[in-house]
Order: sequence, then C-alpha cells, then structure tokens
Amino acid sequence: MLRHFISLEWKSFYRAASFKTNLGIKILMFFGAIYFMLVFLGMGVGAFYLIKKSGWGDPLVVANQFLVYYLVVDLYLRFMLQKMPVTNIKPLLYLPIKKSGIVRYAMGKTIISFFNWSHAFFFLPFSVVLSMEGYRPLGTFTWFLGAMALILCNNFINILMNNKDQVFYALLAVATLLGASQYFGFFNITHYTGPVLYSLYHTPWTAIIPWILLSSLAFIAFSYFRNRMYLDAGLAGKKSVAQTEDYTWLNRFGNLGTFLKNDIKLIKRNKRSRTTVIMSVLFIFYGLLFFTRSIEAYDSPEWKIFAGIFVSGGFLFSFGQFVPSWDSAYYPLMMSQNIKYREYLNSKWYLMVIATILSTVLASFYLYFGWDAYLAVVAGAIYNIGVNSYLVLWGGAYIKTPIDLGSNKKAFGDKQAFNSKTLLLTLPKLILPLLVYALGHYLISPTAGYIFVVLAGVLGFTFKNKVFLRIERIYKKEKYKTLAAYKQKA
Amino acid sequence: MIKIENLTKAYASATVLNIADLEIPKGQSFGLVGNNGAGKTTLFSLMLDLIQPTTGHITNKEVVVDESEAWKPFTSAYIDESFLIGYLTPEEYFYFIGELRGQNKAQVDEFLAGYEDFFHGEILGQKKYLRDLSKGNQKKVGIVAAFIGSPELIILDEPFANLDPTTQIRLKGIIKQLTLNRQVTVLVSSHDLIHVTEVCERIAVLHKGELVKDLNTSTQTLKELEAFFGGDGLPTQAVG
Repeated sequence: MLRHFISLEWKSFYRAASFKTNLGIKILMFFGAIYFMLVFLGMGVGAFYLIKKSGWGDPLVVANQFLVYYLVVDLYLRFMLQKMPVTNIKPLLYLPIKKSGIVRYAMGKTIISFFNWSHAFFFLPFSVVLSMEGYRPLGTFTWFLGAMALILCNNFINILMNNKDQVFYALLAVATLLGASQYFGFFNITHYTGPVLYSLYHTPWTAIIPWILLSSLAFIAFSYFRNRMYLDAGLAGKKSVAQTEDYTWLNRFGNLGTFLKNDIKLIKRNKRSRTTVIMSVLFIFYGLLFFTRSIEAYDSPEWKIFAGIFVSGGFLFSFGQFVPSWDSAYYPLMMSQNIKYREYLNSKWYLMVIATILSTVLASFYLYFGWDAYLAVVAGAIYNIGVNSYLVLWGGAYIKTPIDLGSNKKAFGDKQAFNSKTLLLTLPKLILPLLVYALGHYLISPTAGYIFVVLAGVLGFTFKNKVFLRIERIYKKEKYKTLAAYKQKA
Repeated sequence: MIKIENLTKAYASATVLNIADLEIPKGQSFGLVGNNGAGKTTLFSLMLDLIQPTTGHITNKEVVVDESEAWKPFTSAYIDESFLIGYLTPEEYFYFIGELRGQNKAQVDEFLAGYEDFFHGEILGQKKYLRDLSKGNQKKVGIVAAFIGSPELIILDEPFANLDPTTQIRLKGIIKQLTLNRQVTVLVSSHDLIHVTEVCERIAVLHKGELVKDLNTSTQTLKELEAFFGGDGLPTQAVG
C-alpha cells in the first residue's frame, strides 16, 4: 500500500509542469537551497556566540525567551504557505483502501515537509554548540527533542486550523498584542514561557510533555479528518456566502470603472490576491531596516532611495508583476470580449497608482526618522508611478504563469517569473533610481539627488501615452502564447 | 457573415484543421458536429482569435479576425468555463459583460427578467460565487451572458452538454427564436445529433479536421448523420 502511495507521490513530483524548467534555473535553485541551509547552519552555530558576546545573558535562557515568538512566526508562515494534503485524496476515496490508511498517509506526508525538518538546521548546530560549551549533554539533548516536538505540534495545529481564518487571525492578534506589550514594557510573556522552556534542559524528564502534547495533537488531527473523510465535510472546498457588490461610485470612470470594480473584487475575494496585499503592507515596514541603521551595509545614502522604492511600491511590485496572470483563469473571455487592451492596462495601472499613493500615506510614520527618510519614500513613490508602473506592466507580458487564485501556492515567487527578460527589467526598476540619486547626491547635494529621482518619475509620467502604446503592442504580440500558456494548469 | 478561406491549423507535425472554403450567411443557425478531436473547438477558437491560423484567414462581417479587433463589438461566445469569472456572483458577471457591451444595469436587469424560466430560480439571488455553482448552472450563466447586448454572431461550444432536459428544451427554443428574424447568426457545436438537427438549418460535419459533409437540414438529415457516425460513411482515413 505504502509503495503505491510513494510511487504516486514520486510521479506527481517529477511530472509536475513546473519541474520541467530549464537546467540553468534548476542549478540556480539548488545553489539557493544550499545557501539557505548554510545560513541556517551559520545562525545555529553563531547564535550562541552572538548572544554571549552581546552580553544578553545565558544564551540558552535568551533562546528560550525568543522561542515563543519563533513558534508563532513559524505557525504564521505555515498557515500562509504550507499546503494541506487533502487535494490528492479524492481519487483514492472509492478505491479499496482503508480510510484510516489514507489519513495516516496524508498526515505522514506533512511531517516530512520542508517546514518541519528545516528547523533542525538551526536547532541541531545550536544544541551541539551548547554541549561543547559546557552545558549538560543530557539536558541539551532533551531540550533539542522538546523544541523539535513543539515545532511538530505547529504542524498539526496548522492542519487543524486550516481554512479557519477566524481562529488564525485571533491567534495572530493575541501574539501581536503580547509582542507589543512586551516592547512597551506592560507585560512580558517570556518571563513565564522562558523558564518553562528552560526546564526542558534543567529537568530533562519534562521533555516528555511536548511529546505527549504532540501525540495528542496528532491523534486529534487524525480523528478529526478520519471522521470527516467525506466530499461534503473535510474534503469540501470552503464556500463563502457571496454578496453582490455594485461599487456604483466607480461608474463615473466609464469602462475604466468596470475593470476597477472587477479588480477590487478580485483582490477582496481570492486568497492569493489577499496574500499579495498583506505582503505589500509588510513592504511598508521594510524601510525600518534602512532608516533605523540596524544594518551597516545599508548606511550609505543611496540605499535610502532603494528603501523608498520598496516602501511605496510593495503592491506595485507584488501585484503588478503578475498582470495579466491575475486574469489567467478567464483570459479567453477577456480576449474575445468587447475590450480594448488600452482600457484593460489602464485600469491595472490606476490600481497600482492608487495603491502606491496609499502606501506612501501609510508610510508617513517614517517622518519619525526625520524629513530625510520620508522624502526618500515620496521620491521613491513618484519614481514608482512615473517609471516602475510601466516596467512592471511590461515585464508582466512575459510572465506566462497561470495563477490559481484559490491557493497560496507559489505566492512567494515562481521559477518561471525569473526569465531573462524580467531579470533585465529589474535593472531600471531598482538600480537606475539608485544611480540617478547617487549622481545628484555626490555631484551636487543630497537634495539634488531627490530632485533627480523625482524628475525621472515626472518625465516618465509625461510619456504615458507613448509608453502605453508600446506596452499594448507587446501584449498583443504575446497574446496567443499567453493564452496557450494559461491553458496548461500548473 | 463568416467567410473562411484556405484555413489550416497545424501543431508541430499534425494538421488539426483544414478547411478550404466555408461561408456562413447572416441569420443562419449553423451546427457543427464531429467526434472528439474533429476540430470543432479549434475552429471556434480561431473564429475568436484565441489561436492563430497556420494559413488562411477567417473573415467576420468583412473583418479579418486575426488582423483587426473590430469584430468584437458584435460577436459573443461561450466556449468553456474560462469564459466565466469565478469570483463574481452571477449578477455581477452579467453586469460586467453588460457594461462591456454598452448596457447599463437597468437594461441588463430587464434582459435577465426574460430568462427567469431558463434560470429556474437557481442562478439569481443565490448568494453564491460562480466558482461555487454546479457545472450545469455555470453553463447557463455563460450561455445567457453570450446573449447580452444583441450580438450579431453568437458562438456556443457544446451548449447542450451538462444541461438538464428541461433546460435543453428551453435552450433549443431560445436559439430558434434568436434566428427567427434573420438578424442573428448562431454557431453551435454538439455531440448530440438530435439536438443539432432540431435547432440548426444547416449542419456541417467535421472529421479529423476536414469538412466532410455540409447539409441543409431536412427530415432526412438525422438519418444521414446517424448513418455517417454509425460507421457506414465514416472514412477510416482523413480525406486528402
């Protein structure tokens, strides 16, 4: 039986459309994976000495303090990214296989997921260093086991929480609240969790507790799904109550309004697009890395513009790069309906402009770091509207990956999004504004640098019609290839 | 209305469609039948400029479809689910198509009132997105949306498949009504010979990409088609 399952799994892996990308990208990804493993290893080894050197106290105590947040972040990432195993189950239901066998297989599959074993790359070296530095080997070992059990607990919590958005957001709210109250010094949860987690080391037998927790969670998840192995229960897709929305206030924009209405609904009603919006909100905070001077490499002045571009353009990049893929599910309709490409592109452009302006307004808290910081954001926004909005639409014409609006799969990047053309287009998107700023900054003054960037944006804006004509032509040229590509569901 | 000249579509080595000459006059109800892989959907996709012809052209009311987009305002189609927008409710979808075809909300509402029977109370006001409707109901939405805004050419791929018997009968009535005053041209493909002979005044048979029969519907047509597909007339090799 297991043999059958494994062979199915293997086939679904190597026959997947995405597997058949070219060798170069595969090699690149391989190196990427190795790189991240090394980073994790380095963190695991380095964390101990870093904490020690910084004088924060006993490294193990500090690590235990942060472990709570580590687990929360892990849970968050899982909820967003880890795919539930139910999708491939349907065809197995009517075959002569015991239902409990199917559930065990599906659950087992999640355990070997990257989301679980990748943590070992941190915890293992950290524990080894601990025992080398004179911590009791037995305690270190039980601490390691306990931590891994907690990570695995997350795995099953995620399974149980899947598709229960309310539970998840409530948890997230609690975590944020705790984090905030710790930061402002009202209440520190780590005072309570730290010692509890420390006891995994201090009193080795307590490491059994997480494992008991893990096995009960596994059992609950198992019986939950075992009892709900029906098409209309555990295997049913989530159906939401639909409400017809008019947005009549958009009617005044004519045909443009028609598309904008659709785009707003697209963003509101699909998981994948909602994730994109959340990501672009996170981008707003990306600038903190630069303006708080927490990373030395980012200290030189031209990086401010880089931050400004990202802070204001999070949505522009994450949504815009997949125009027209957002409409991939019904692209044949769009192509045969009474639609002019110009209007279609225009509506996407307006959406990005509105979002960029909104991000810039939201980012006004950078004023806290001085006018200089917010000026960089505003200059970045103008450059984004004037230049990057076109480039993003242009690049989108070459990304022919159909998007499954219903799932978050590949939400954080896709191999096919990295073709040579789109890579080339990132140069003017990110590097050019840096150069333009540096030119003004070093030749004249920092203010001139900002003025140069703003001018580049304004210049781009005045050529809107000309540029759109070109982009339109590219979209038309790519139309048949795009249609054919969207037909092959990834 | 439609003129086809020396049209071929080839993928790598295989020619999937090869039509030397076909003309469909305005106001005709035209049926296309053929087995799986005969090229029906390929032909419709070519008419909608969704794929590019290898050679030849299709002209839709004097407009060469792969050169100009001027055919779009008077042409509508429902080929498959990729013509539906899953995250909209049926109403929103109808309004969207209506707006693209110059119809305001009130006009669309009035239009939809005429299809209440056809919808059978399962489409409007259901608080469901299109993606959550059953296959048959999705099809109903797609077909009715293709009628919005008085198009002159309507292309429907397999409109009867997946529909319940009552709806099939109603759809046949609607299509007949549409072509009654000779202003609307309707192109229908189907695997169901009875439906096609009932609805269409002209029926063409596609076989492995070639047009092998072109009949004006008469009382004999059904028999002739049945004989053809039953094996008597079926060429074992593609002609030519």
